[in-house]
Amino acid sequence: MDVSNLTKKRIEELLREDRRLDKRKPLEYREIFIETGISKNAEGSARAKIGDTEVLAGVKMGIMEPYTDSPDKGSLMVTVELSPIASENFESGPPTIRAIELARIIDRGIRESGFIDLKKLCVKKGELVWNVFIDIYPLNDDGNLIDAAALATIAALKEAVFPKLEDDKISYGEFTTKKLPLGNMPITITSYFVGDRFIVDPTTEEEESAKCRVSVAMTFDKEDYIHALQKSGDAPLTEKQIDEALTIASREGKKLHAKVLSQLKK
Amino acid sequence: MEKEIKQKEETEEETKKRTIVVPGEVVATGSAYLPGEGTRRDGNDIIASKFGLLEKSDKLIKIIPLSGAYIPRVGNTVIGQVIDVTFNGWQVDIASPQLAFLPVSECFGFINKMDLNETYTFRDMIVTKIKSIKSRGIDVSMRERGLRRLEGGMIIKINPTRVPRVIGRAGSMANIIKDEANCSLVVGQNGIVWIRGISVENELLAKEAIELIVEKPFVAGLTEKIKEFLVKRKKELGFKEENIEKKEIKEEKETKEKE
Amino acid sequence: MVYKREDGRAFDETRKVEAKVGIIKRADGSAMFSFGGSKAIAAVYGPRQLHPQHLQKPEKGLLRCYYDMLSFSVTERKKPGPSRRSSEISFVTTKSLEPVLQLDQFPNTVIDVYIMILQADASTRCAGINAASMALANAGLEMTELVTAVSMGKIGDAIVADLTKEEEDFSITKDGEEIKAATDIPMAFLSRSGKISLLQLDGKIKQEELKEAMAVAKKVCKKIEEIQKNAIKKINED
Repeated sequence: MDVSNLTKKRIEELLREDRRLDKRKPLEYREIFIETGISKNAEGSARAKIGDTEVLAGVKMGIMEPYTDSPDKGSLMVTVELSPIASENFESGPPTIRAIELARIIDRGIRESGFIDLKKLCVKKGELVWNVFIDIYPLNDDGNLIDAAALATIAALKEAVFPKLEDDKISYGEFTTKKLPLGNMPITITSYFVGDRFIVDPTTEEEESAKCRVSVAMTFDKEDYIHALQKSGDAPLTEKQIDEALTIASREGKKLHAKVLSQLKK
Repeated sequence: MEKEIKQKEETEEETKKRTIVVPGEVVATGSAYLPGEGTRRDGNDIIASKFGLLEKSDKLIKIIPLSGAYIPRVGNTVIGQVIDVTFNGWQVDIASPQLAFLPVSECFGFINKMDLNETYTFRDMIVTKIKSIKSRGIDVSMRERGLRRLEGGMIIKINPTRVPRVIGRAGSMANIIKDEANCSLVVGQNGIVWIRGISVENELLAKEAIELIVEKPFVAGLTEKIKEFLVKRKKELGFKEENIEKKEIKEEKETKEKE
Repeated sequence: MVYKREDGRAFDETRKVEAKVGIIKRADGSAMFSFGGSKAIAAVYGPRQLHPQHLQKPEKGLLRCYYDMLSFSVTERKKPGPSRRSSEISFVTTKSLEPVLQLDQFPNTVIDVYIMILQADASTRCAGINAASMALANAGLEMTELVTAVSMGKIGDAIVADLTKEEEDFSITKDGEEIKAATDIPMAFLSRSGKISLLQLDGKIKQEELKEAMAVAKKVCKKIEEIQKNAIKKINED
């Protein structure tokens, strides 16, 4: 059953007073939990939970000849599988546009931020490069799959190591201790427009009440940079509103960045 | 309406004697007991066929389910969402494996047969009663006092197996929530609950109380405990007491005028 | 040739078994089950509406099981999406669980069971069936009994329980040639009646040896069943 118009109205009313059904503030995230090494055959893997929303991500590596137009670059491929395990709204079958969009949003965040420097995945220029496969599987959908998927992805990449190479072929099942060469960690903050304002980290009912959303991937080093942006959903936004979403991403992104680093240290 | 199911309030000891069983477990042997709901006879044994709490009474042994989808029964009052408007009625989602249908013939008052949307439209929430269950579908009816479209308030979903607890013996638990949280409350047998308070605070308070009941349904003396919780919480949140009766009459008037 | 197990287990000993229910909140029922390094989760949605309508059966409900593996659950990445192998495993899994469900209580509806292998080290279909059986009970469905599965094997002359990937791939060298020397026999039993609802085999084995394997499997499954039962009952542990 979709969220009822009655509950939707209440959600919007409460937001006008800066309140939410679960007593959170409009720009407050639920509890975040990150665990790595959850699947031992992967080169890297992680589980990320935001509230009850749970997503798994895994890294597998392959070795191949580079593309002719980029002889010194490896490749990156991000796939999202919206398994029906996670929600009664997901169906078995080929990837839906929702799965494809989510994968490409995560991909751009990883790629454009330079978190993975494809040049550093070169073994022999023109002959041999690494490809990185990132596969993302939501296990339970209680809203905000995008941000949870992004967290699981960066955690899996942080844990990932190269597999053993023998005679330019991968020895499957054997790993080195050499970690993937990673740059600045991108953080994705998605702002959802509910009623007449933005919130972050919606529950299922809040997400179903949202008119549109803006996902922003940023890095925070000496300066803050935006690397990827996606506005999605039915309603159009004004410039001012877009700017507001960017401000939210910047502020909340810094907080989330600190949280992630402390979780990964454990 | 809410006073359909009667639930015996238990003493602490009685709760402890209850055992949790899983399908395939032997719960009795011999002919001392008759197999009730959730059990079956297999030779000399009575076997559990559901996961739940074992209940033995006199000559009957049955399982009280702790989980499971709502199984519709004729006469149940449920809350549903209108998901389609056809030429002769409305399709209603009552959170059960089968969709329900509300025929125009089962509605009160004047209906504009040229545009049924005027009566009930997409996403409307209605309190309705199950009239018949056939293999081709479930029919519901609005032909009873109190059945209506819901306005205002909010909807929460609970595990259908907890509904008897939220209603209480002769509606006792539901009444405590209504009185102490100053709100209207309709608990559908299908686990869909509607709360409307004189303010959103009241609704959130009632929601908290219901969530507590759902979490710990088999605690002894739960009705008293919920009453204490509501009184305490109102103090914590700084509630202002308001007379609910005047408000309720006003609401009913508004609803009748719309119809 | 006397076979000795790499991890020092006795022939009728399974790897460490872990079981838990209620791990997927949105599902009607869910569970996790693992044999050592093989981890499976199962989520049950249903009974619910069956679409398209022409698949609906007026006399009883439908059970659909879907077996899938995380692409990174295996050493060499598995492309997402169904394969012939996963389709067949989905099919035999459905058949292994059907006998215990009272499907005539849910005409025109469907019970969907989704199994996902999080980490693979052989015996994944058995881990999946064990998880699914618990998830069905956790969902409050009417079942005559539970279903318990284990993969038996014949390695050399030894009948062993709960094969690892290494044991599954066991081979001996004869005259410079590598010959496969392991027979893989996944089996599932109904917990009360003791009947077999899943039986597959590939390798080379004599009839008497197979009978022995079935007898050992039955005993092993009784132990696994206790673990399943305890996990199903532990619902308030979170």
